[in-house]
Formats: sequence, C-alpha cells, structure tokens
Amino acid sequence: MKVLSEANVGDVVSVQKNKAQDLLKERLLALGLTSGATIEVLRKGPKNNLTVFRIRGAMIALREEESNLIEIM
Amino acid sequence: MGLTAQSVKLDSMKDVFNITKTGSQHVIALAGNPNTGKSTVFNYLTGLKQHTGNWPGKTVVSARGEFSYNGEEYIMVDLPGSYSLFAASRDEEVSRDFICYGDYDAVIVVADATCLERNLNLVFQVSEITNKLILCINLIDEAKKKNIIINKEGLEKELNIPIVLTAARSGTGMDELKKAIERISCNDVDYMPNLLKYDCETEEKVKKLTPYLEKINVSNIRWTALRLLDSGPDIFSYDKTGHISKSEAIGLIESLNIQADNKNIRETISEHNYNYANSLKQKYVKEDYKKINRDKKIDDIITSRTFGIPIMLLMLGLIFWITIQGANVPSRLLSNLLFGLEPKLSSFLMNIGAPKLFISAVVEGVYRTLAWVISVMLPPMAIFFPLFSLLEDLGYLPRVAFNMDHLFKKACAHGKQCLTMCMGFGCNAAGVIGCRIIDSPRERLIAILTNNFVPCNGRFPTIIALASAFFAITSSSFVNGLVPAVFITLMVLAGVCATLAVSYLLSKTLLKGVPSTFTLELPPYRVPQVGRLLYTSIIDRTIFVLSRAVAVAAPAGLVIWLLTNINIGDTNIITHVAGFLDPIGKIIGLDGFILMAFIMGLPANEIVLPVLLMLYLTTGTMIEFGSIAHLREVLIDNGWTALTALNVMLFSLLHWPCSTTMWTIKKETGSMKWTAAAFLIPTCIAFGVCFVTARIYNLIF
Repeated sequence: MKVLSEANVGDVVSVQKNKAQDLLKERLLALGLTSGATIEVLRKGPKNNLTVFRIRGAMIALREEESNLIEIM
Repeated sequence: MGLTAQSVKLDSMKDVFNITKTGSQHVIALAGNPNTGKSTVFNYLTGLKQHTGNWPGKTVVSARGEFSYNGEEYIMVDLPGSYSLFAASRDEEVSRDFICYGDYDAVIVVADATCLERNLNLVFQVSEITNKLILCINLIDEAKKKNIIINKEGLEKELNIPIVLTAARSGTGMDELKKAIERISCNDVDYMPNLLKYDCETEEKVKKLTPYLEKINVSNIRWTALRLLDSGPDIFSYDKTGHISKSEAIGLIESLNIQADNKNIRETISEHNYNYANSLKQKYVKEDYKKINRDKKIDDIITSRTFGIPIMLLMLGLIFWITIQGANVPSRLLSNLLFGLEPKLSSFLMNIGAPKLFISAVVEGVYRTLAWVISVMLPPMAIFFPLFSLLEDLGYLPRVAFNMDHLFKKACAHGKQCLTMCMGFGCNAAGVIGCRIIDSPRERLIAILTNNFVPCNGRFPTIIALASAFFAITSSSFVNGLVPAVFITLMVLAGVCATLAVSYLLSKTLLKGVPSTFTLELPPYRVPQVGRLLYTSIIDRTIFVLSRAVAVAAPAGLVIWLLTNINIGDTNIITHVAGFLDPIGKIIGLDGFILMAFIMGLPANEIVLPVLLMLYLTTGTMIEFGSIAHLREVLIDNGWTALTALNVMLFSLLHWPCSTTMWTIKKETGSMKWTAAAFLIPTCIAFGVCFVTARIYNLIF
C-alpha cells in the first residue's frame, strides 16, 4: 500500500485509510482527510520536509511524518 | 503581530462565558474556519477595529463588540477560528465550548466562498447543536475573481438554514446579514436545519441511547447521543441545565459499553459529513480550474526551494530599509520641534512661579525622555507597521512558516513558531499570547520561552539608531542608508539563530520530546485593503504601542532625574550604582551605565537609549541631543567603541523580556518556574554572547 508521502508532485490520489491517532487524527479528519477524499500533490518544500496538498479546496502543508500516515491509491 | 488593545486583555479568554448583557440585548457568536474573515465581519458590524490578517490563527482570543439594528441591541462575540468542534488546540477549545454551552441567540458560521467544501463540515457540526444558525458565505468578491459561482438558493433549500453571501470588507451583503440576524435572534422565523443521517449502525445506536437521555432531560438528544458515541466524556465538562453532566456521561458510557468503537464512529461521521459537503459542492458550486491555479503560480516562486529564503530575507531587508529611510526626516523634524519647545516649557513654568527644582524635574526628567521616545519611535513605527501588515494581509506569513519549517523541525520545534515570532516583531507579549495556535504544550512552551529573541518594536529604534551612528560612517550616503537595514536584518537573523539554538537545547534538556504534528494551511493570496490597513496599523497599533511607551517613559524619566539629583556622600545615586555595575559591564564589553539603563528599561525596552543618554548627559557636559551625529558624539565621549555599539545591539536583542512580556508569560504558562526560565535563559545568553564578542574583539584589536 502506498502512502501519501510517496506520491509525486502533480499526482491526484484518493485516500484509502487515515492511520493517524488522537489529536492528529482529529485535525486531519477536520481538514477533510477522510477515506475517499481526493488529494492533489502541489509542491515539495525545502529539504523535502513539507509538502503542499490541495485537500477539499484548501492548500495544506504536511510534514512527512504526517503524510506517512495516510494510505492512498 | 496581533497587537491591539483587545488582544493584550488577558482575561478575554475565560471571560467569554460571562457576558454581561442588559435584558433586551441579543448575543450573536461568530464562528468559522480559520481565516474566513470572521474578524472583518465583526469589524464591519460593530465598527470596532479588531486587527485582521490573512493567516489562520490570527484571532486567538475572542473579541466582543456591540451594534444595534432596527432598534434591537446586539452583542457580537468573535470566536477563534476552528476547523471542527472536536478541538485539537486551545484556541479551538474556546470556540467549541462557547458553541456547545454558551448563551447566545444566534451563531453565524462564516465560511470562505473559495473553499466551501471544507467550510461546510463545521456548518453541519454546528447545525447539530443549534437551529439558531446563519451561514454567512464570505469573501464572495474573491470567489468572483476566481470565477466561482455559488447557487445560494439551492444550497439554502437543501440545508434549510438562512444563507447570506457577503464580502465584508466592501460591505456587500452586510445589510442582508443584519436582517438575517434579526430574523433568527428575535425568533420571527424558526428554521429546522436538515440534519445529516449517518450509517444505519450509528443511527441505531443513537436510537438506543435516546430513552436514557430523555429520562435525564437532555435538551439536545441527537447531539448528546452522537458525542457519547464518538467522543470521550470530557466534552461534557460544563454542568448546565439541559445538558448531560460529566458524571452522568461516564455512567452511561460504562453501563452501556458504547465507547468501544468510538474512533471508528468519529471517522464514519467525518466521512459522511465530507461526502455530503462534496456532493453539495458538486451540485451548487461552479469552479474555474484555471483561475484556481493563480495562487499555485505565485507559490512556485515565493515558496520555491531556491528562491524562497533569499526572497524572504530581501523582503525583510527592504522593509527595514524603507522604514529607516522614511523615518529619518520625520524623526529629525519631530525632534527639532519637541526639543525646540523645551525652553518654552521651562520659561512657562518659570513664569507661573513653579519652584526651580520642580521645573528641573519636569523638563529635564519627564519631558526630555518623552520627547526622545516620541521622536525616535513614532516615525519608524508608523512606517514599519503598515508595511508589515501589508505582507500579513497578502498572505505571506504562512509562506514564511512554510519556508522555515525544516529548520524548526531540526530544532525539534513547531513550524508555526515562525508565525508567533512574526507577532513578536510588534510586541513580544502579543507573540506570547499568539503561541496558543501551537497545539502541543511542549512546543508551545518552547515558542513562549524563545519569543523574546525577536526584537520587538521597542528595541528596533535602539538597534537602528546605534547602527546608523556607528556603522553608517562611509563617505557614500547610499551605503550609509543601506548599513542600518543590513545590520537590523542581521540582528533579526541572529535572533532567529538564538531561537533555533535555544529551542534545540530545550528540546534536549528541560522539554524533552519529539516534534509533534504539524498542519499548515496556506491561505489564498488576497489583495490588501490599503485604507483599512493604514487605519488599523497607524491609529490602532502605533498609537497604542506609543502610548504604552509614553506611560512608562514619563515616570521613568522622573525616577532617573531623582536618582541623578539625590546625592549620597559627594556623588549621586546613579554614579554609585553604575560604579558597582561597571566591572560586570566591562567584562562583556559594556559599562555600568549601559547595564543600569537596561535594568531601568525593564518596564519597556523603548526607554533604554533615552535613559542611557540621560545618565551620560547628567554626568557629562553636553545638554542637547536629538540627531544621530549628536548621539555618536555623546557615546564616543563616554568611551564607546564599535564593540560597545555592537554589544549593546546584541544585548538589546538577547536580554531579558520586558515586564509586560514576563507578566504575560506567567499568565500563559501559569507557572513561576517557567517565568523564571523565560528571564534567566535570555539573560545568560545575552551575557554569554557579549562576553564572547568582547573577547574576540580584544584579540583582534
């Protein structure tokens, strides 16, 4: 199973599973990272640390630690 | 940099529940995702000048204001932005608790027209709590620019709640919003929002819980049942009639064993909400994909891996350069004017027969310090604040956080610390309050303890004046203009380095832990409203900061005058104390008077340089000062070298926070231990760094 951090810039992917826990899970769900959500990978930041995604119409930057927890297809 | 009279009112956080209203007033809450323009709506309705900015997390405390419409009185409560009612940070908790338990007559959910899908999630959540709900789809002007068309009637029918399309900054739709507020809060029309049905399993569980909740007279059964299923009992911490109490909730949860699956239920509910939001968007919102990519193109440059950080530094340097260049002339004019008035004030006091000693105290003590503070501080602030607000309104600050995050991650700190540092440019106390946007307590504390390393506007003038006096001494006036800007940019960089180093050390020692989670929203770029911006930054911020400085400077001037005019033995008190401090000062390349001035500047850093000059001048021979050339002369007469100037700048950058900031830290951390740390850490670093530079300088020269 691929995770979100492995997606390339320009990819449009669909969320399979959100494996985050606790508060992070709440936050990611609140941002719309639910199963089936469509995500576009917009840009990688300096040192490949942050990646900008288009999630539910908003531009959200996530660190690798967070995007590792999102399984995608 | 959300520094306004409102944001430093530290009580506004817990005060939110105790709204004192007269019988006929209606309470209206403003909720919504971060950065949807709640504060702009609030300002438009109440006429208050709450500062707004284009970045999520601007409002961390709730503001309150009043307005009347058609003879009815309303109290508006501007809540901090939240993505959801399942709070993940402290400022979100404020909103959640108010919407769940506050006494209000209506809630306006302000949504961003350009990002409706995400915003609808909160609308669904609020509609489960109350039917006194208005959906205000704001930023409709931005949507128009991006060719986004919203079918309001269709959406209204589907949700069965009143919807108003607004562009609060230009006033579009605001009359309609007022009408909707009147309709809802005065009970003319009762809406019943169409609530979302979840999957059969969840609905079955809600049905099973219903009789238990009816028995204990819970008013909102569906919402309570859902939260019993998908949240812990903590959400029921407020004991209020019509609500389930925490102990009752725990009892039900344990006896019915309904929490085994709570995480999955929460996920299912979120999924349903968002799927519905998505289907509504497909049905009622038309987008133009080409236009949406505008921001992406700008971001390709601003947040590019190669140019991101250089652009940021250039921008910072440019702002300082404009500030310093622009402030030169008005500073001189102001100083000429104010010091020109000094003899007139003296002779006036003489004429009304005031005692000589009194005249000396008022003129040489109070008036001179005030004149200095105003002529040195006012012009740079009046230029710097609007420029910085411009970047803020454009939406640039979150991009700075984006560019810098990898450094903060290495320091085991939070990327949003960047945003709180930006607030620190205005005032460190405001920066410390701003740290509420950081979710993790460990990283929030790090951000609080290091905020002081950003030079606040009370310290800018000191750094600018010294850089101009000591380092802008080439023959080219163009270079001389650049030098202070370069120096202050370097000082800011030094501050950033100190922040990162201290954050790292804290993470490895006192505040051990791994970096917590980080989500950062990059808001769309927006064209700033220049008129409003000038108004808020000059009238509100500048005057507010200046008046605080003046309030501290006046009594401080008097104290210094007293200290220099009361003799013990054959010298005055100042000389005694300075003599005692002198050996300590000398070790770190300063002197006793400088340390004395920094100590006396504890209430406000603005007065450090004027105090220092007063100290020097009362023991020396020169009486007049006011221009940079004079400043240089006075300082060199008192034994200053380039090292002294550099170390005073460094000490000013790194030393202990002012008393307002420390008081704020005490309030925010609730701990004397951390307040003491906030004092000791910078103090040790300031002494250490100055000691090292003094040693190096002495080796070379």
